[in-house]
Amino acid sequence: MSRIGVFTCHCGENIAGTVDCPKVAELSRQIPGVVHSVDYKYMCSDPGQTLIKEAIKEHKLDGVVVAACSPRMHEPTFRKAAAEAGVNPYLCEMANLREHCSWVHEKNEATTQKAADLVRVMVEKVKHDTPLTPIKVPVTKTALVVGGGIAGIQTALDIANAGHQVVLVEKSPSIGGHMSQLSETFPTLDCSQCILTPRMVEAAQHPNIKLMTYSEVEKVDGFIGNFKVTVRKKAKKVDEKACTGCGLCVTKCPNKKIPDEFNEGLAFRPAIYVPFPQAVPNKPTIDTANCTYFKNGKCGVCSKVCPTGAIRYEQEDELITMDIGAIVMATGFKLMKTDKFPEYGYGKYKDVIDGMQFERLASASGPTAGVIKRPSDGKEPETVVFIACSGSRDRAKGVPYCSKICCMYTAKHTMLYKHKVHHGQAYVFYMDIRSAGKDYDEFVRRAIEEDEAKYIRGRVSRIYEEDGKLIVKGADTLMNGEPVEIKADMVVLATAVQSQDCSEDLAQTLHISYDKYGFFAEAHPKLRPVETNTAGIFLAGACQAPRDIPETVAQGSAAGAKVAALFSQDELTREPIVAVVNRQAPPLFSTCTGCFLCQTACPYQAIEQEEIKDRSGRVIKTVAKVNPGLCQGCGTCVAFCRTKAIDLAGFSNEQLFAELMTL
Amino acid sequence: MRIGYYPGCSLLGSSREFDESVRAVCETIGLELVEVPDWNCCGASSAHVLDHELSVALPAKILAQAEAAGLTEVLAPCAACYSRLIGAYSELEKNPDHRAKVSEIIEMPYTGAVKVVNVLEVLERFADVIQAKAVQPFARKVACYYGCLLVRPPKVVNFDRPEDPQVMDQLAAKVGATPIDWPFKTECCGAAFSVTRTDLVAKLCGKIVDSAVKLQAEALVVACPMCHSNLDMRRPETNAALGKDLQIPVLFLTQVIGLAMGIEPKKLGIQRHMVPVAFNAPTGAQA
Repeated sequence: MSRIGVFTCHCGENIAGTVDCPKVAELSRQIPGVVHSVDYKYMCSDPGQTLIKEAIKEHKLDGVVVAACSPRMHEPTFRKAAAEAGVNPYLCEMANLREHCSWVHEKNEATTQKAADLVRVMVEKVKHDTPLTPIKVPVTKTALVVGGGIAGIQTALDIANAGHQVVLVEKSPSIGGHMSQLSETFPTLDCSQCILTPRMVEAAQHPNIKLMTYSEVEKVDGFIGNFKVTVRKKAKKVDEKACTGCGLCVTKCPNKKIPDEFNEGLAFRPAIYVPFPQAVPNKPTIDTANCTYFKNGKCGVCSKVCPTGAIRYEQEDELITMDIGAIVMATGFKLMKTDKFPEYGYGKYKDVIDGMQFERLASASGPTAGVIKRPSDGKEPETVVFIACSGSRDRAKGVPYCSKICCMYTAKHTMLYKHKVHHGQAYVFYMDIRSAGKDYDEFVRRAIEEDEAKYIRGRVSRIYEEDGKLIVKGADTLMNGEPVEIKADMVVLATAVQSQDCSEDLAQTLHISYDKYGFFAEAHPKLRPVETNTAGIFLAGACQAPRDIPETVAQGSAAGAKVAALFSQDELTREPIVAVVNRQAPPLFSTCTGCFLCQTACPYQAIEQEEIKDRSGRVIKTVAKVNPGLCQGCGTCVAFCRTKAIDLAGFSNEQLFAELMTL
Repeated sequence: MRIGYYPGCSLLGSSREFDESVRAVCETIGLELVEVPDWNCCGASSAHVLDHELSVALPAKILAQAEAAGLTEVLAPCAACYSRLIGAYSELEKNPDHRAKVSEIIEMPYTGAVKVVNVLEVLERFADVIQAKAVQPFARKVACYYGCLLVRPPKVVNFDRPEDPQVMDQLAAKVGATPIDWPFKTECCGAAFSVTRTDLVAKLCGKIVDSAVKLQAEALVVACPMCHSNLDMRRPETNAALGKDLQIPVLFLTQVIGLAMGIEPKKLGIQRHMVPVAFNAPTGAQA
């Protein structure tokens, strides 16, 4: 017979206001198996906890029910108290009299009766509880950071500075990401590369960071602390050790007409290239899709001129498998292209460009060396129209969300333009100006007041070319919707921030959730912003939602701190509330018939196949096996199992039936 | 092949040539037009500003008549009729509960069995036939003008690209014309303000006609009686507003196709336009 104690809490007036707590204590005392029942004003207080601990010892209790608030609130408190008094913490349960009863009902007898019923249910559960021990899993103290933009660089540096190993994987030939393309940054107008490149170099030279550029994550197996990650190191066709980075091959490559990704197509690059002068690593890569040698076997100039013989046409992609303890996704974003806008010429007008292209025009390292020249004829534009919310907040044709960074960078663009073209006039068509942030609104006011950008609240309905000008037709909604027509020399669309094209595939490879726009989903929008629902995988930067640099860096550091905390222990302790596949005596071995419906149902890839073998090694039966490191205890497999072979520890079918039957 | 046909009032009056050319082209491509029996007014520009129920019931009655006649699709060449019909159809699709109420008002069953199509949609299905039958290529530069109602609202009509439609250009190209790339395809012509604010219509049409001429189009091609009357009938006012004398003719797409197919111009109603269809260049079909 059980010796269970019931402790009913008043929670001040929260429970006692509508529930007759002494009566609940009295009714509880009559439940078979209950040997002790009291009520107290604040059970979670220190005297309250002492009361429980002493009762356990005095009455030799082997199970505890605390009838108080939600287990989300104080279950750890009371389980700890029970454990201190020598009862397995998983034999301590909570009946939720507050959220499930007193807060939602009137004061009357039925409410008190319901409270008593809730206690009875939990007493039945405790009777069927089995002592559980937390699961321990070892931790591999190496982190994988996916994406080498500012988010990934910051995360990698923080983890590395905490003394842990980091593998930083970047798909393009250099780290730096979008930030390396920017001219100057808001709200201080400091040069983007000047603040970024030292960090890039630091990451590359850090003894704890292993840089893998031109590489992509191919496969992820395992679970928190114990991932097995396969990375494809794409062939650069250049021996990085032999190459000195002299750049002779780049100068001599005869195929120089390839649109330059780094300059957003505003310039050309050769087939063997270094993305930009400050690239890290500063070694060239052969773009095999555009290289003459790879197209028809001719040319080979780079190989002939290389003083160290570093060109390796025969080099193949390498697949590298690593043991990883934690993963941080920092894969960033892409900008919607100008060809998405039929009303703005869907990309056919050369002088209708996007925000990133303007950054390149304004950048000292850009195709015009920082002189603002329009792409079509290289003339200095005297009138530039900026269109905010191009594709953002547009439920009909674009994305419904706000891209967040555009208001600020558009204001910055008008300033950069005015600082370079003094007689020029910038116009901004906008819906709202969203400039929340430290020194942000002041920055926008400066663009308007000091740099004389003309802000027009309204949308642009059409852009077309006429006599060498771009006619921008819109409306000024602060002037009764008066039609506005501006003859512009150049138009800059602040196009929407979108998730990377590869984000959905990548999320599926990593088994993390993503929203309908392809942004990775955080575990909790407020309280767990850098964690995913998959333990051990974290998020940083614009792969989660549109973010500016300060936020991205903050998130990168936050994710780094999460990883460092994880790596501060040699073993991980996890709640033992996991699914278990039963084992029976031979000849059955398990009621599992090996249908593996559970495997398809499991959202966490926690179910594996296990072969039961006889002494000679012959396979008798293949059954399901739950990996306790991955299982989150959701119970989906239990519901799917046709032979009732799976049960959830701490929430077994038997327990739940016992709870129901007592009602 | 057969399809329901709803001419509406314009095609019996000011735009008889649209009716004539649609019938002539359909006959040539082998599409039988079955006029909806006992059809009524679609509500045009008045019903929906007066009474919402009426604006749905009038088109629903037309569709119910078509349904009773065993038709599954109705072609409404007039863009305004098309808009009213497909608007009612779409509303009753979205709210099936309203059907019972509408059936009660029109005293006929309405089940949503009849779909509404515009003239571009129908001709697109016969694009290959049209191309094959185009014996006298319409080898001229044309400006395809769609106006507002053929492609809008996008969620209701679900047809072509609302900002930069393509279907008319593609069809014109099939009969040998060269559609120009121009920005005024869906610009407002002033629509029903033709009567009350002719000055506005003249100004708006002025931009459209002027741009087409600047871009060297030899003809404007339309598929809407309202657009046609504004661009064609209001040309004197338009020219006065522009201070120019622009004589670019305005043809219905079905006339362009008909001419290319060698149909007699008179059968297509070419002679009915205010701006005479008389090309200077010697190429192309004779008008």
